[in-house]
Amino acid sequence: MTIDLSRRSFLKLAGAGVAATSLGAMGFGAAEAAEVAHVRAFKLATMTETRNTCTYCSVACGIILYAKGDLKAGETAELVHVEGDADHPTNRGTLCPKGAAIKDFALSATRAVKPRYRAPGGAAWQDISWDQAFDKIARAIKDDRDANLIETNDQGQVVNRWKTAGFLAASGTTNETAWTTYKVVRSLGMVAFDNQARV
Amino acid sequence: MTNSWTDIKNTDLAIVMGGNAAEAHPCGFKWVTEAKAKRGAKLIVVDPRFTRTASVADYYAPIRPGSDIAFLMGVINWCIANGKVQWEYVKNYTNASFLVKEGFGWSDGLFNGYDAEKRVYDTADWDYQLGEDGFALTDPTLSDPRCVWALLKDHVAIYTPDFVENTCGTPKDRFLKICEMIGECAAPDRVMTSMYALGWTQHSKGAQNIRGMAMLQLILGNIGLRGGGVNALRGHSNIQGLTDLGLMSNLIPGYLNIPVDKEVDFETYMSTRGNAPLRPNQTSYWQNYRKFIVSFLKAMWGDAATAENDWAYHYLPKLDVPSYDILRTFEMMAKGEVNLYFCQGFNPLLSFPNRAKLTEALSKLKLLVVMDPLQTETAHFWENHGVFNDVDPAAIQTEVLELPTTCFAEDEGALVNSGRWLQWHWAGATPPGQARRDCWIMANIFLRLRDLYRVEGGKFPDPILNLTWDYADPYEPSPEELAKEMNGRALAPLYDATDPTKLVLDAGKQLKNFSQLKDDGSTMCGCWIFSGCWTEEGNMMARRDNTDPDDTGAYLNWAFAWPLNRRILYNRASADIHGKAWDPTRKLIEWDGAKWAGYDVPDIGVTSKPEDVMPFIMTNEGVGKLFARKGLKDGPFPTHMEPFESPIDNPLNAAIRGNPVARVFPDDLAQMATSAEFPLVGTSYRLTEHFHYWTKHNKVNAALQPEFFVEISEELAAEKGIAKGGQVRIWSKRGQIWAKAVVTKRIKPMICAGKTVHVVGMPIHWGFMGAAQKGFGPNSLTPFVGDANIETPEFKAFLCNIEPVEKGPLA
Amino acid sequence: MTTRAPEPTTAAANPPVQPMEVNLLPSDVVRASAMPNLPAPDRQLTKVAKLIDVSKCIGCKACQSACIEWNDTQPELGVNVGVYENPHDLTPDMFTLMRFTEYENPQTGDFEWLIRKDGCMHCEDPGCLKACPAPGAIVQYSNGIVDFIHENCIGCGYCVTGCPFDIPRVSKVDHKSYKCTLCSDRVAVGQGPACAKACPTQCISFGPKDEMLAHAEDRIADLKARGYENAGIYDPQGVGGTHVIYVLHHADQPSLYAGLPDDPQISPLVQGWKGPAKTVGLAALGLAAAGAVLHGLLSRPNRVQPEDEMQAQALVNGGAEDRA
Repeated sequence: MTIDLSRRSFLKLAGAGVAATSLGAMGFGAAEAAEVAHVRAFKLATMTETRNTCTYCSVACGIILYAKGDLKAGETAELVHVEGDADHPTNRGTLCPKGAAIKDFALSATRAVKPRYRAPGGAAWQDISWDQAFDKIARAIKDDRDANLIETNDQGQVVNRWKTAGFLAASGTTNETAWTTYKVVRSLGMVAFDNQARV
Repeated sequence: MTNSWTDIKNTDLAIVMGGNAAEAHPCGFKWVTEAKAKRGAKLIVVDPRFTRTASVADYYAPIRPGSDIAFLMGVINWCIANGKVQWEYVKNYTNASFLVKEGFGWSDGLFNGYDAEKRVYDTADWDYQLGEDGFALTDPTLSDPRCVWALLKDHVAIYTPDFVENTCGTPKDRFLKICEMIGECAAPDRVMTSMYALGWTQHSKGAQNIRGMAMLQLILGNIGLRGGGVNALRGHSNIQGLTDLGLMSNLIPGYLNIPVDKEVDFETYMSTRGNAPLRPNQTSYWQNYRKFIVSFLKAMWGDAATAENDWAYHYLPKLDVPSYDILRTFEMMAKGEVNLYFCQGFNPLLSFPNRAKLTEALSKLKLLVVMDPLQTETAHFWENHGVFNDVDPAAIQTEVLELPTTCFAEDEGALVNSGRWLQWHWAGATPPGQARRDCWIMANIFLRLRDLYRVEGGKFPDPILNLTWDYADPYEPSPEELAKEMNGRALAPLYDATDPTKLVLDAGKQLKNFSQLKDDGSTMCGCWIFSGCWTEEGNMMARRDNTDPDDTGAYLNWAFAWPLNRRILYNRASADIHGKAWDPTRKLIEWDGAKWAGYDVPDIGVTSKPEDVMPFIMTNEGVGKLFARKGLKDGPFPTHMEPFESPIDNPLNAAIRGNPVARVFPDDLAQMATSAEFPLVGTSYRLTEHFHYWTKHNKVNAALQPEFFVEISEELAAEKGIAKGGQVRIWSKRGQIWAKAVVTKRIKPMICAGKTVHVVGMPIHWGFMGAAQKGFGPNSLTPFVGDANIETPEFKAFLCNIEPVEKGPLA
Repeated sequence: MTTRAPEPTTAAANPPVQPMEVNLLPSDVVRASAMPNLPAPDRQLTKVAKLIDVSKCIGCKACQSACIEWNDTQPELGVNVGVYENPHDLTPDMFTLMRFTEYENPQTGDFEWLIRKDGCMHCEDPGCLKACPAPGAIVQYSNGIVDFIHENCIGCGYCVTGCPFDIPRVSKVDHKSYKCTLCSDRVAVGQGPACAKACPTQCISFGPKDEMLAHAEDRIADLKARGYENAGIYDPQGVGGTHVIYVLHHADQPSLYAGLPDDPQISPLVQGWKGPAKTVGLAALGLAAAGAVLHGLLSRPNRVQPEDEMQAQALVNGGAEDRA
């Protein structure tokens, strides 16, 4: 065995070697030990917990959001960690690779964070305010519906059908959003209405 | 799902076919592993690929994409031939004994009444023989040659193990072993569960795939039982809810439907929705349709919906075609017939077939509005991303608005899971930047539009001006207000039907459930099946008691399940004709001589006598339908059909291409290939590391599965000279894509009709936005055709070709 | 079925958010690298184990995902190289990895997709700790967890060569060595590791080692009933047993599972080179300074000279054939 090599290598590490053996030789007290062998602080202490449901598939696993700040108390809440809810009967605290990383979906660098507008033929986005966006949409709906709503068909039957506009609704949103959307879309007479049920 | 995720632990045999539960629904699949560990249950996987689900299966068999009907009819044929039938169940709880009209028949792959010109069947004879009393005739001995059972036996006789092997590519010994395993579940104390997903729906005959399994489960007596059922594993967190709420072209919340042109007034509309029972004593619950629709119209238009104006029935749009589904809409868009399009949390550029056509269609819009938490490919469809999105922005005149919305962590409300549980969740994080709730966005659009109509007038403004919008903050309706609206409330005092002096519910109070609905305008209810979710006792969807007496898996006090908090549909069928559980260890509800009671909310009138009232209360017959009377456009029984693009001819009739009654637009038909030009079978699917086109925006999931790839067999790789990890080009008649090659033993060539069939597997998760490597999806290749009944695109079986490339565009 | 072992309770509770007592104390350290004279702890914690039941694993990578999230690591975006492993190997930012093996079983003729979660085995007799020259950079608690204390790590990489399972990875960014900590910070407050909590099929469970072994026996009985005659536990005695144990369908051939060592041993050379080091250290005792300075020495980023690293590598490689 080429023990020389080993000896030489360790010799060069004398600084570290000294520290260890001297500690040992001097008697290894609890305070010093704490410096050497501390466990990382538990990162969820003092977080605010909120019960939520995973946004991906329809197993609908219970999740707990851990945030810095309490939304209910009117504070800004910064999502820090998400974990499966062990009280949930379906997932019992477990999560799949998507659910386990769901925090980074909410914190994605490619979240949409401001209303943007792209002009005809444009090569770039322009910022637009919510007010401007809503005015533009309302005007576009009104003009197109007034121009294209079919009130009666060829036989004179009342049909109140608007075919030149369509709406795809989101299967990741709540029932409450869906119901709001349903009410608005149907009141306009829109028929090209769909969701992700098939794709 | 007829059952729930947690109920799967009660099964003896799980069959995963037309899905990949371990990969797409890992935490739900947990309950299969639980059943295996605790009950010694077995798991069968039938799939073109040896999937991650297959990796923990007891038995696996390969199948050629798009041949599931042949397999399932083959299993039914084997069960009938080998006496693996739950006879008491079949005789009492299915329409096996019903007599069918003489005109009904099948030959050469087609049912009677086919009109090749119009691509439709005349379904008039797909019906029962009726007696003078209006009830269907039956032969309880099942000996009449016109009884459903006799017709079924005839119908499946052609699906022999040899036929299955030849058509599906499934080795005969593997098929027979699976038949034996399934056949054991015909015993009253053995139960199989079926778990399927888009592997069955995304075909031009998807509905028939599922019917095939539903029929098998009826024959085995496995529907309504713990550990049984036909379980659709829905893909998105609230796709069940959005379907329940009718966010589809032809639906009204609670599976009511939008009228058609010829239903000129409310009574005409109702005349075909009477739903009279077809057998004595049967419930035929849809007889209550009028209560549901009137209460819905009251929810929509309040005081403007009156008995005098047909409850504002004329406010509803009428359909001149079966539906303006996504395929029809993009066809219209590509022809320049659509001006405005809204995408709320939906990325059609990657979700729908034939991407070149999608880009062309979006380019013809005047305005595209995208509301999404993410920057989607659809919102950016006009941006040039080299080969990954090769467009010329200057040539695209579409205006686009990208509106940032909240995501799950920042919003409150309920989602409906696959097992129909409505679960409430709370917001726990501040939205980034200017992101806002979808409700706020929809409210703002609506209120501005209503103002325009108020100020300017315009075409038929009534449904807009009169839409109920009585929220405390009209610009931001609260989840509580909206949920209460869906549950419904009394608009006038409600009195007991048997004792008019007895007040049941005061005006303004939340309904207890849909049994309190009225058809006289005295109740309102946004979605009748959700009724019971937010009552005077509060928010039932927020309940969090996870106790489960006797570990049945029901969890009745956890959240709320529609309908009526019932956890297993058709649960009355878990008991025999006298109301005793088929299997005492699987007791669900039983008849105690006076009423039904047990672990679940009975799916039957609680005092309905067991010998009189049959379990399938939503059907006119009261029983499960082996023969779907007029229900489906493509036949009362499933018959084998090839995909529109198939490597072999239909063995029943070479002249039939795809589903003979599926709608195909002429330009799309011209873009369909033959196997001479494109010999390989492409199929699309999810991977466990990703959720659709969302998680590629997440750096963690992007790291776990970074780049688009396709999977091919070692044999095909050798034939084409493709190296593991090398770049390949895959092309169909509609487009081309590049991918990395995963060469695997998990896909094997199959022999079908004497031909070697190679499968190219293509995951769906990549695009040109987000944190992952830029890539492609199979939708650049897939054909623009859908299921004959519900237009689900045929993503799971199409033709393509593949070649290695020296220097491809990928990272 | 006959009496069963108690159910693993990995995910039975949610992490608390209150400040809490930590139950994994410095005084629970039974061994520390290059610190031979550690006082005996005043208590013995229950030996723990993470059980990975390979037969229940669906290869979903939830363990990888949960590990990244809990440890706030940043695995880099890679490419596809024709396999399902991503990242392609363990890295300083990926402490655990699903390894996929396509296996055509010659006995049954059936195809099997063997999927194994790789990561630190937490050896009872840890080769990394024995090889490590940096005092207190690697510690073992009396419950069996082997933890890296990064403040004390000098990035020499001897732990890598000392490990019979090829687990630790030295970061090119901060020159510290990284591996699974068995979530010592979670275990310290009564929680299971993040991977075990997340695992959808509960193929990963965590608890007292004797309970895990009993649970493993139940699983093996089930596997044998399904035709896996050679199902068994992987708890290799060559390293004194491990605190991460596997249930394998083919326990007679561990190496089928992406090269899991059939009979792992610490290289005798690693065992050997600690003797001289101790001697050197003791000899240098006279130069020792006060505690505060020592701490400064400990936390100073120290580097091994490249020639020494090469020579050490050659030494260990030379002994590699001694390993199974």
